[in-house]
Amino acid sequence: MANQAVGVIFSNIHDDNIPELSHHRTMASIPFGGRYRLIDFALSNMVNSGITTVGIVTKNNYVSLIDHIGSGKDWDLARKDGGIVLLPPYSDENDAPYTNRLEALKGITGFLNRRKEEYVVISDCDTISRIDIADVIRFHEEKHSDFTMVYHEEEGEYHSSYFMTLEPDKDGRVKGVKINPVLKNKDKYNLYVNVMVLNREFLIHLIQDAVTRGLSSFGRDILTKNLDTIKVYAYKFDGYFAGINSLEKYYQHSMELLDKDVRSELFGARDIYTKVRDSAPSKYTDNAVVKNSLISDGCVIDGTVENCILFRGVNIGKGSIVKNSILMQDTVIGSNAELDCVITDKNAVIRDRRHLAGCEELPYFVAKGRML
Amino acid sequence: MFRKKECVAMLLAGGQGSRLYALTNNIAKPAVAFGAKYRIIDFPLSNCINSGIDTVGVLTQYQPLELNEYIGNGQPWDLDRAFGGVHILSPYQAKKKSSWYEGTANAIYQNLNFIKKYHPDYVLILSGDHIYKMDYAAMLKAHKQTGAACTIAAIEVPLKEASRFGVLNTREDGSIYEFEEKPKQPKSNLASMGIYIFSAEKLYEYLEQDEINPESSKDFGKDVLPAMLNAGEKMLSYLFNGYWKDVGTISSLWESNMDLLGVKPAFDVSDPDWKIHSRNPLAPPEYLGEHARVSNSLIALGCEIEGNVEHSVLATGVIVEEGATVKDSVIMAGTVIKKGATVTYSIIDENVVIDDGASVGEDKAKNAGIAVLGRDLTVAANIKVAGGQIIDKDYKGETNNG
Repeated sequence: MANQAVGVIFSNIHDDNIPELSHHRTMASIPFGGRYRLIDFALSNMVNSGITTVGIVTKNNYVSLIDHIGSGKDWDLARKDGGIVLLPPYSDENDAPYTNRLEALKGITGFLNRRKEEYVVISDCDTISRIDIADVIRFHEEKHSDFTMVYHEEEGEYHSSYFMTLEPDKDGRVKGVKINPVLKNKDKYNLYVNVMVLNREFLIHLIQDAVTRGLSSFGRDILTKNLDTIKVYAYKFDGYFAGINSLEKYYQHSMELLDKDVRSELFGARDIYTKVRDSAPSKYTDNAVVKNSLISDGCVIDGTVENCILFRGVNIGKGSIVKNSILMQDTVIGSNAELDCVITDKNAVIRDRRHLAGCEELPYFVAKGRML
Repeated sequence: MFRKKECVAMLLAGGQGSRLYALTNNIAKPAVAFGAKYRIIDFPLSNCINSGIDTVGVLTQYQPLELNEYIGNGQPWDLDRAFGGVHILSPYQAKKKSSWYEGTANAIYQNLNFIKKYHPDYVLILSGDHIYKMDYAAMLKAHKQTGAACTIAAIEVPLKEASRFGVLNTREDGSIYEFEEKPKQPKSNLASMGIYIFSAEKLYEYLEQDEINPESSKDFGKDVLPAMLNAGEKMLSYLFNGYWKDVGTISSLWESNMDLLGVKPAFDVSDPDWKIHSRNPLAPPEYLGEHARVSNSLIALGCEIEGNVEHSVLATGVIVEEGATVKDSVIMAGTVIKKGATVTYSIIDENVVIDDGASVGEDKAKNAGIAVLGRDLTVAANIKVAGGQIIDKDYKGETNNG
């Protein structure tokens, strides 16, 4: 079934959604949920559906991504045939690196040509969800679809630099596609979650055709204009879905992990794979007071932590009180400091007796390696 | 090209660990869980890779399935190598005869072909039942400098406890003139740690001699080391000063787990310069709920805690429900402690269910001993398990026929 599909993950698209966190890294390698990176969710969905070959399309800032992925063994994707294949941009004297998704796909046609799988699953890294890719492929086969797009029913405002909503008929056939529509408070809409399934040969044909016609946008030039001739189907995903498209949303969706139901849906039935660091178990001292928080391994907690997400190796000093905050890997909080609604990037240091506070709509952000 | 390894490590992991009772009913002692995310064998394996020794034979015999699965291809310890790496060596059937490993020396003897394949100059013999961090490279350096046939790692223990160990009687320069296995009246407090470095040719020579000696019990401590001394071989002790604990008993296993606690613990597993590698379970970060109260404890990933945890070590995925209390205890992976249950001064193996309101163990101060529950069992609701009790099947309370 799903091992008849090859995965393609776009690691850089949507980088501009969270400039704070993607300044030094790809969207794919933004830390999330205490010990994961955003790409872990897209990758694990593929691995858990039996996909054994995944190409990761990348463009810039990909040092942290390469470090995270390594040989792919932590996802069981260090394989002789397939496994994880990093696909950095290819350019020669005539061509600059790609500027849109179509050009990026053109750059990997060599990779797609060499594969033998029947389908291609394309995913971005801006969403947190447990999509059963095998089921999407089943749907794609049943409908004899050319192009299957996964959507989630949403309500209210939505902001992103580029997004699509779908209008399927009763059978699931897409009759209309809107790009960046203006959405208001009570609007209901079918948000495309940036996961699609295509037949591999059809995709290669589509790319070649688009490139020779000088087209540049998958959505604007191909989808919206060919809904009569291309069979586009929409697959409805009903589970938990979090679109990470701003620091505010990043904060909001991170905090949703403190909800037991969200945790059990994301982590319960199947594993989320991530890079292993061999940290020691977390240590709570006599002074530790920890409530409603997610704590990763390697932390040492000598203070008070409430409603927080602590990544690996965070140190909370004696007498410090940290509330409603997200502290990324190896953040060090000195003693008697107070933090409320703060996001610290990796290796941040907050010295003794500092008081920092943001609010839920605008968390106070401390950049990677900063010492305050 | 001729390839060789300077030093090959042989890890004796076949022991039953019968003094761990219910904890080793189905697994070998080196596979016993330790310190919330480790197993005992992680320590010698991590010591090997951290010391630059990348070729390790693991000799298994008793209940090897789980240990074999845990070690796998050795990747978690960076011991998956094309040349070298970790290899499981089980007893095998040979053309002329087949036999179980009869003693520690015989186990190595039966695997001399494995060792010789790497043309080593030195062979390091280790055992799989101690918790410690040790740089074997420093010991090897000392062995090379003295030109000894065999170097034995030794640690100073209280004299009254020395009779539990192999005792080394040494001269001022550290050379050994007498080796006594578990003497009733020890002459020194220098205990053998069961860690030996042999110059390879000497090891081959004495193992072959020992093998054809009908009187030998085929044990390093009892037979091979004394035979080498009698023959006048140069044997050195190598003094180790760090933390070292034989976790072969319930109480020492409990103590060693507790030694990990505190801001400055007796034994530190979070040293970035000497990482303890292990096979990491896939689990989300641990969650501590609104009513959780956790102090002076070590908690592994995947735990969900709504109750009280004090001075305890909780392994991956342990659930402590609201109103439940865990104190002075070691809880292994996947165990569930339900509402209102209490666990005190106990060691509880994997996937145990302590049902609502049950109580296990008694306060340490009452001197009833450590309660031990074997894996996969259930303690029924509102039932009491007394302190010091050892249980290995589902428990619904004392019955007349026992």
